[in-house]
Amino acid sequence: MKIVDSWEDRIFINVSRILVIFVVIFTLYPFIYVLSSSLSDPTAVMKNQIFLWPIGFSLEAYKTILGYGELRMGYVNTVFYTVTGTAINMLLTSLMAYPLSRRNLVFRKSFMIMITFTLVFSGGLIPTFLIVKSLGMLNTYWALLIPGAISTWNVILMKTFFENLPKELEEAATIDGASAMSILFRIILPLSKPAFVTISLFYAVGHWNSYFPAMIYLQSESLYPVQLFLRKIVLLGQTADITGGSDMGTETILMAESLKYATIIIVALPIILVYPFIQKYFAKGAMIGSLKG
Amino acid sequence: MKQTLRLIKRDKLLLLMLLPGIIYFLVFKYAPMYGVLIAFQRYNLYEGIFNSEWVWFKYFIEFFEGPDVWRLIRNTLLINVYQLLFAFPAPIILALAFNELRNVWFKKVSQTISFLPHFISTVVIAGLVVNFLSPSSGLANKFLGLFDISPISFLLIPDYFRTIFITMGIWKSVGWGTIIYLAAIAGINSDLYEAASIDGASKLKKVWHVTLPGILPVIIILLILQLGDILSVGAESIILLYNPVTYETADVLSTYVYRRGLISGEFSFAAAVDLFNSVVGLILVFTANKISKKATKTSIW
Repeated sequence: MKIVDSWEDRIFINVSRILVIFVVIFTLYPFIYVLSSSLSDPTAVMKNQIFLWPIGFSLEAYKTILGYGELRMGYVNTVFYTVTGTAINMLLTSLMAYPLSRRNLVFRKSFMIMITFTLVFSGGLIPTFLIVKSLGMLNTYWALLIPGAISTWNVILMKTFFENLPKELEEAATIDGASAMSILFRIILPLSKPAFVTISLFYAVGHWNSYFPAMIYLQSESLYPVQLFLRKIVLLGQTADITGGSDMGTETILMAESLKYATIIIVALPIILVYPFIQKYFAKGAMIGSLKG
Repeated sequence: MKQTLRLIKRDKLLLLMLLPGIIYFLVFKYAPMYGVLIAFQRYNLYEGIFNSEWVWFKYFIEFFEGPDVWRLIRNTLLINVYQLLFAFPAPIILALAFNELRNVWFKKVSQTISFLPHFISTVVIAGLVVNFLSPSSGLANKFLGLFDISPISFLLIPDYFRTIFITMGIWKSVGWGTIIYLAAIAGINSDLYEAASIDGASKLKKVWHVTLPGILPVIIILLILQLGDILSVGAESIILLYNPVTYETADVLSTYVYRRGLISGEFSFAAAVDLFNSVVGLILVFTANKISKKATKTSIW
């Protein structure tokens, strides 16, 4: 039987379609525009001729930006922070989530209260800054790795996932005399691959995108993540030292806009490229989190 | 007592695994909570929290008698009120629209695209905004140029700041925000829709009488959380967009705490403002929860 929509329903469906199409365009257009601008002839960018597709074709902006040592350094730093930071995050988060997922753990309730309370109240920016300072972490890479080492939400997310795993394997392993540590690493974690991947991705994207802790804790540019260089170039408009300063005069001015677009693309690109492959994990993670939250 | 000791002994390996995490929470979450005491002291770095002189409510009084307090509270509240009015309903409407799509491929692709901005960094997004609104090369002014309107420096005009900020927020999170509503919609009993169809209800009627009531508990929970946050706006994205010219509308409590505390080094004063902010937030979320429990029987705890 074919269901025939009434005219009212057809209007409703079409309005929905139009709304979704509008959102898709609204989301994608800025990316396309920036990409086109970064690939266009700098003169065309200067003259405001770009609307959708590149005009002329030039990789000049990319060549200049990739030749800029500081940005490359920032990139290397960000990769370091993302890889090391995520490893620390995952180790500490799983070590914490597993004992808490055992329903008969002694003091379990007190531990859970201690953890969840941090979701509603925090000491705030200044006291946290002073703790990091008093630990001697200011202006060291530790400041970006340790103070954010555990996210309360992710502990709860992982704990919930562990709780829903079948208990039989764990019990069998306990009877065979396996220790809690080997149960976690040999049985629980391999079974929790989807949760593990999702939470690592949440942490990794967080590290890649983060700029605020770096801005407040670091002074030396040699430790800066790439986001801070992006801020310097795009938001504070300091493009002069990339093209070699004022001695290049007109060229600096000519390139300035193209450089900004190219920098945005270079910083956002890794996320955009891996996103289609990993997005299903994110959606799933958000689902587990929101339903239990 | 003996029982507890026995349990500790039984779980000792588990407790050992928990130890690094507990230390982390004590040092980076609970020590700062204790550290808020500096709000009541004339804190200085050499004396530390144990030896600094107690001044009790001096900094709170200073803040409330100062020239900035009402501007900050007004800006923080207004940004949140506009967020409630525009940013809060946006993902609900989009989720309802997604739900009407029948072409599975189109649905999937459009959802995937709409989630993307959630994963783009604040700095990139602020960079996009600054570029789009730039008076010399921005797209917005190019567009206005087509109508012979002379370039406007949007980011230097206080009147535009809230609109820009809210729009940016919607762009970043409208797609991602739909996930929770779509999950709630998927959980609605399909018998209800069939019954409505038999009664000859149109789609719009079904949305109104079945879908919306079905996801109402989720909407209420998110609303409570949002109300609890009505006095907080994250400093991270505002810092990238505001400047002294737009402080009039853009400066909020959190950016003020950042500037007074970390830029000017007035730790105690800034901690006092921050503490006021979090205590009010805590009270608000409890109150909103209580009201909701009474009125709709939905609550977050």
